[in-house]
Formats: sequence, C-alpha cells, structure tokens
Amino acid sequence: MYGWVGQILRINLTNGTIKKEALDQAEARKYLGARGLGTRLWIKEVDPKVEPLSAENNLIFMTGPLTGTLATNGGRYNVVCKAPLTGAMAASNSGGYWGPELKYAGYDGIIFEGKAEKPVYVWINDDQVEIRCAEHLWGKDVIETTDTLRAETDFDAKVACIGPAGENLVKFACIMNDYTRAAGRSGVGAVMGFKNLKAVVVKGSGAVRVADPDGFLEALTKARQMVRSHPVTGTGLGLYGTEILINILDQTGALPVNNFRDSGTFPNADATSGETLAKTYLVRNKGCMGCAIGCGRIVNVPDGPFKGFGEGPEYEAGWSYGADCGVDNLAAIIKANNYCNELGLDPITMGSTIACAMELFEIGAITEKETGRALRFGDAEAIVELTRQTAYREGFGDELAEGSYRLATKYGHPELSMSVKKQELPAYDPRGVQGIGLNYATSNRGGCHVRGYMTSPEVLGIPEKLDNLATEGKAGWTKIFQDLTAAVDSSGICLFLTFAIGAPEVAAQLSTATGVEYTVDDVLKIGERIWNMERLFNLANGFTKDDDTLPPRLLKEPIKVGPLKGAVNKLSEMLPEYYKVRGWDEDGRPTPEKLEELGL
Amino acid sequence: MAKVLMIDPGKCISCRTCELACVFKHDREFRPSAARVNVVQFEKEGISVPLMCLQCETAACLKVCPTGALKKNAATGALEVDDDRCIRCKMCINACPFGNATFDAVKNRVLRCDLCGGDPQCAKFCPGGAITYVEATSGTLAKKRAYAAKFKEALEVAK
Repeated sequence: MYGWVGQILRINLTNGTIKKEALDQAEARKYLGARGLGTRLWIKEVDPKVEPLSAENNLIFMTGPLTGTLATNGGRYNVVCKAPLTGAMAASNSGGYWGPELKYAGYDGIIFEGKAEKPVYVWINDDQVEIRCAEHLWGKDVIETTDTLRAETDFDAKVACIGPAGENLVKFACIMNDYTRAAGRSGVGAVMGFKNLKAVVVKGSGAVRVADPDGFLEALTKARQMVRSHPVTGTGLGLYGTEILINILDQTGALPVNNFRDSGTFPNADATSGETLAKTYLVRNKGCMGCAIGCGRIVNVPDGPFKGFGEGPEYEAGWSYGADCGVDNLAAIIKANNYCNELGLDPITMGSTIACAMELFEIGAITEKETGRALRFGDAEAIVELTRQTAYREGFGDELAEGSYRLATKYGHPELSMSVKKQELPAYDPRGVQGIGLNYATSNRGGCHVRGYMTSPEVLGIPEKLDNLATEGKAGWTKIFQDLTAAVDSSGICLFLTFAIGAPEVAAQLSTATGVEYTVDDVLKIGERIWNMERLFNLANGFTKDDDTLPPRLLKEPIKVGPLKGAVNKLSEMLPEYYKVRGWDEDGRPTPEKLEELGL
Repeated sequence: MAKVLMIDPGKCISCRTCELACVFKHDREFRPSAARVNVVQFEKEGISVPLMCLQCETAACLKVCPTGALKKNAATGALEVDDDRCIRCKMCINACPFGNATFDAVKNRVLRCDLCGGDPQCAKFCPGGAITYVEATSGTLAKKRAYAAKFKEALEVAK
C-alpha cells in the first residue's frame, strides 16, 4: 500500500496474544487514519456502553496515511478509547517521533485489548513484538521511564508511556511520547494505566512509500512554502510559540480570568506571554517530525523555587495555570507544566480544576479542612504543589484527580465547573467569541478548542475576519472548521497547518501519497462522516441535545472588564441553525438521509 | 567557487525534515534509517546536531577503499560511491572518524552524502536554517563576522 503501510497490530493484554492483521483498505479510504480510522475500529468492536475503566475498553494507537512522510508536519498520531473524564469518545492527538516510528516498524496502528495482570510494556522492533514485565518501572515518572526503556531496548527507540498519574487513574492523565509530547485530553492515560500497560516502545527500519513520488513532492513543496511564508505559521508560532496568543486574547478582551469569573482581561497578562517567555526562559524552539513551524518551547528556569528544565508551556497551560488561576508568575507556570509532562497530566484540565477549587474556596464551599491549605486566586505555589499531589492522588489531590465537574458537584456547585460534557474549556472566553462557544457546546469530546478552531476567523481573521460578537453565520463556519479538522487529524498532519493551508493542499498530499483520488469535497465529506460517526457514538452512549450547552455562567453572567465588558454567549441563537446545517433533526440526531449521504 | 554544507546546531529544531528529504531524494521513499544525514538529539539539554559527511579533502574513507569505488565528483566536490566497484568491505565506514558513512543492510550498500548532485535536499528543506549550502568563504565569513562582533563589543566597552 501507499501512504498507509497496510498492517495493524492487535495485542490482547489479558492472554498475551499478539496478532498482525491486514489493514482494512475500504475502511482506511473512508476514514483515512488516526482519529477517524481509530474511532471507526473502536466502534466496530466495542459496546458503546462499556465502562471506560474496564478491560473491554479497547485502547487504539493509530497513525494516518501522511504520518512519517515529508508531507508538511506529518508527525502525528491519535490515541482512541472511551474517555474516563467524559464518557465520550477520546481521540487524543500527539506529535513527536513515535507515530512515524510505528509506521517505519511496519504498522499503521495498534489495538490493545484486555488488561494485563501485572504491569507490562510492549517492545516492537520491526516484526519482533514482545510483551515484557514493567514492574520495575511502575511509579516512575516519564523521564526515568523513557531513559530506562531506551537503555533496556535500543537507544534510538521511541517511547510512549504513562507517568504516575496514569497509574493512579487520574481522570485526565495523558500518554506521553518522546519525553514531552502528549496525547493530552480526556484521560487516555488512565485507560492505559488501568490496563497495566506502562509503555509502548518502538523501533522501525522500514519505509513508508507513496503512490506518486513526483506529484507528492510537488504537493508537499507547495504546502511547505505556504506554511513557511504565512505570518502565523512562518513567523509568529516559531518566534513566540502558541503563547503568542496570551496578549492577543487579552487585548481582544476574551481571556478567561479566575475560573471565568473575572474575564476578559488579566492585569499583567504580558508577564505570562510568549513574548516574555522568549526574553526570559526560552532556550530553543522545537518541532515534531517533519515540522515546518517549530512552535515547541525548550525552557530552563535556572534558579529559584521553580528551578527546572523542560518543554512548554503551550498557550493553554500558560493560561490555565496563569490567568485562569490568577497567577502571573511565569516560572511557577513552567514548573507546574513540567510536572504535567513528567507525571503525565493534561494541563488544561489540571489548571482549570485548580481554578475551580480556588473559586470553591473563596465562596466557602470548601475550606482548609478539605484542601489542607489556603487556596485563593493568585497563589503561584499552589498550582505547582497541587499538580504534584494530583498525580499521586495525595491529600486534596485525590479530589482534584476527578476533574472540576465531579469536584464542584461534590461540594454543591456544579455550575462552577467550566466544562462541557465534563471536560474543561480551553483559553477562549465564549462570551467574547461566539462561534468558539458553539464549537465548545457541540464538540464530540466535550470542551475543546482543537475540534473547530473558530478563534482563527473570529479573533485572528484567518481566512477572513468575522465579527466575534455576531452569531449570524457562525453555525455554517463552525461546521466547516469541525469537518476540515477531523480530516486533518485523521491524515496524520498537524492542525496548526490550517492557518496557512486548506482542503486543496490536504487533498493534493493525500491523493499523491495514497494513490486514492481525493477531491476537496471528498476531504470535507470524510471530515463530516467522522464528525457524524462520533456524534452517533455519543447518542448511543446516552448523550442528548441537553449536553450541547455551556456552563450557565457563560450564558448569563456578562464579561466583567475590558473591551468586551457586558457580553454573554448567545448559544440559543446558534444551536438550532447548527443542527440544521449539519442535517440533524431538532434533537440533534443525524437524519437517515444524512447518514445515507455519508455512508454511515 | 565550490559550495559547502554548513551546519548550525543552534538553529536546529529537531524536526528531522532533513532525514526525510534526504532519503526521499535518493530512494523515493521515507526510511530515515537510510538517510545520509542524521539529527543527533540530546534531549536533556535541548540540543540537536544535524550531521552528515562534509566531504574531507584528504578523506580517510578514500584512503582505505581498496577498489577505487569512491570517486570525487568534479562539479560538486562530493565523494560518490560507485556501487558496482564497491565490494562492501565496510572499511570506509570504520575509517571515517565522524560516523558519517553508514551501511544500509536492507539494500546492501554504503551510504554517504553525495550533495544530491549539487542541490542538497537537507539544506533545501531545513526550516530553521540549521543546514545551509553556501559558497565556502561566505559560509565561514558569516561565522567570523559573528565572532568579530564580540571583539567589537569588547572594544566598545573599553572605550
């Protein structure tokens, strides 16, 4: 095969069997790979009602047809399973080198079934695949685990693993690969921990081939030139990383502050910005395999209480630990983010859950009796210490480990969890950016910005500037962004490219790589098919239109300060139109005609 | 005047695009283990060094080759392997002090940089300017200029 390598590895951890299966070519054409194909393979084999933390919840690592090629930014893979945080489908996307290495070893993906009796890791060295004991690694952090496994197997092997957070079934534990890259959201690391699977180590010496090398070179060269010459991907993200957004959102007035209580500008926001990071702790930029952007930040805090070397923070962590917790100490944010990388936690949910706890504390719903410390907005030391405690479920960390929704509900204030479908919202206040609110409310994996990045047209003006406070037309835009994103995620390339390239460039690279003719319409149709498949899973799993909503604060309490003071999200003006443009009925269920059109 | 490959690890973002571009140019497939350039990573220090053969003038590989399989391309200055004359003795691989000649067991051949016939793809695709293909003097002059700037600063302070 071209693009795909044509083989899936199936490993049953209960009985230790390892099988190599041919990739279903018809399914691969329809769902591409990574998020789309991974989800399809999960749904085909597992009951949607399965408990997320059970042996029956398959854990799938899946690459896309462009992963590991010279296609621009083809370093991505997805982890798919039913999510412990949300009960929805998790498809968590990661970069680094691990995904490409899996293809060089000869596999498009791995399906893990069952549960090992004792901690194990899997060592894949081309066609040699072994399940090995990992008892000596249990309890170790991501850095030590990765170092030990490279020493035990091959220095050039690539490691995907969980840290203590995954072992301790923290509901938002992530899977880390190549030390600092994360399949971050929804708690895929807890599913891996439940299965007693500490790591998957891969080394490959094989090739990924493409159908039309000359055509592929032409298509990828064009896409790379567009990425390199675009002001966001060619300049901004390289210079300042995703943290460049802190000042932009602050100036727009849509930066969520103090658990969204005091949005939308943050005093001293610049102290936590990408520009400040570049002037202070930034050592060097970093890219994933085949990257033409280099948004990764290698950072070093040389001394002081938050001393340490690591990677990040991204904008999301810079905000969740920063403005959302009222903290303007960049070194503390870096330290907390380093803990997330080393212990295996999603910093969006972690920071937001601490922010929720701070608000609960300030209104007196929780006290020092529960938290073991005073916990007010602005406490830089708290974000660091509570992150560590959460990974080990120590003290109050045991409650934070359940995420903000369960925490706030337990103490009588579910409305203070800034989440959708129990997953915490990212760093764009939907009161000031209407379309991103619609995207949050309808995202199939709960609160998420990378399922349809409406910030791009509404704030950054890409591909054209939309009025961020208007609701008209946002439904149609949101659908297109969601569909294109699903196709990009499933191709194995990085979503950040879509600032610079669009469906035509994705289609051209896919067609020449795979030899399957994909038009622009085909790409968007594949995205729409994936979106509806995820929706059907959620509906089968008990979600209804009532779950397509936002926290009441965002619908009722106006933004307090800044240029967007007074704004609320007008979801009810957008949601019915969204269902309509999606071809769904009034209850948000895909119509039979729509399903037939999409071949579902 | 001859051009040379210059590497600047300070600009390397570890993306390994050079490896992919290299192997695609030579084999029309993506197999980084057969790339003639490698990005050596020091993860704990956040440093990556792209390394490939920089075409020694008095080359150890050339000296030890018993069959004359290594020939200098007059136009580019690159030492190229004649696969028909090469007997796979691997002496060149052992002789190179930098590890810049390797053996590809899959395709049974010696791998070393041939400057892609004068249009090295690693330099062409490098997004950060960590690998460049420049006139020999201008390449090193840039370094001299950067170093000379330190003297300038020192003298300015002294003033």
